Amino acid sequence: MLSRIIIVSASALKGSGPLGAGLVQASRSLHTTSQSLAPVPPLPEKGGKVRHGIFPEEIFQLLYPKTGVTGPYMLGTGLLLYMLSKEIYIINHETFAALSMGAIIFYGAKKFGPGVAAFADKLNEDKVAKAQEVKDVAMASLAQAVEDEKKEQWRAEGRSMIFDAKRNNVAMLLETNYRERLHMVTNEVKRRLDYQIALQDLHRRMEQEHMVKWVEKSVVGSITPQQEKESIAKCITDLKALAKTSQATA
Amino acid sequence: MADRPVAIVEKRLMDVKLGELGTWLGGRDFTPNGIIASVRRGHDRYYNKYINVKKGGIGGVAMLLAGYVALSYFWEYDHLKHDRWRKYH
Repeated sequence: MLSRIIIVSASALKGSGPLGAGLVQASRSLHTTSQSLAPVPPLPEKGGKVRHGIFPEEIFQLLYPKTGVTGPYMLGTGLLLYMLSKEIYIINHETFAALSMGAIIFYGAKKFGPGVAAFADKLNEDKVAKAQEVKDVAMASLAQAVEDEKKEQWRAEGRSMIFDAKRNNVAMLLETNYRERLHMVTNEVKRRLDYQIALQDLHRRMEQEHMVKWVEKSVVGSITPQQEKESIAKCITDLKALAKTSQATA
Repeated sequence: MADRPVAIVEKRLMDVKLGELGTWLGGRDFTPNGIIASVRRGHDRYYNKYINVKKGGIGGVAMLLAGYVALSYFWEYDHLKHDRWRKYH
């Protein structure tokens, strides 16, 4: 429990993450071997086992084959009695202080241990989550970059199709232009020919009319006055005859 | 576990046989740099075993404090001798 807080503060002191990466990197820059220290192995879950808070488990394992389970406890009792009887450990006022302090520490550890442990664990969790988040974001962005790169490559493949399309466009433009000019030429030529035709028609018509007028004029001019008097007298006699016939029928 | 022959001096203390103890002691590096290096090694071993873990317990720090208490008692013993209850043991 305490060591977890030490981890938090020690890592803050070292300025490195909870994995102690700074320590690893410092040693890596000094070594000359080609040992690769990345990726850094994860921290072990639990530390070395310790019994009753101060005795490492190794002592118990050492004595187990010879003395069984109670061996180390017997050893401890024997040592304690020896030290008391020979007054290697002296009972004075400090003993009482040590006992009181021990009792308080024991009570505190039993009561607040799990709470502090959970708190320190949560701090660690937050740090790890933040680092993980950074890693996830970086990986996502890199994956996205890979996707975009692939898309660009796919686009680049279509380059030839773009050229074909452009070539087609240009060909179409040329064709259209050529046909437009052809039309224009045809129209202009037709117009000029129509003009010539109209001109010829006009000519013929004018000649015709002129000839007709001239003929009429000459005919009218050739009617002498003598002929006019004779024709008028004939007309009058014809009219009289007609009047008679009409008066007779009516 | 005899994979390849290791020089006596480089063996760990627990692997050194009793007869080789003299050679082993003679070959260790007692220069200041060597001492500092061995202190650092010991510190790293203790740290990585008991403190630099995800779920450490009270043991890592408590052992250090207990060791400190014991050591300070040892250093103060000459002063504490006067508080003895009996003169002869």
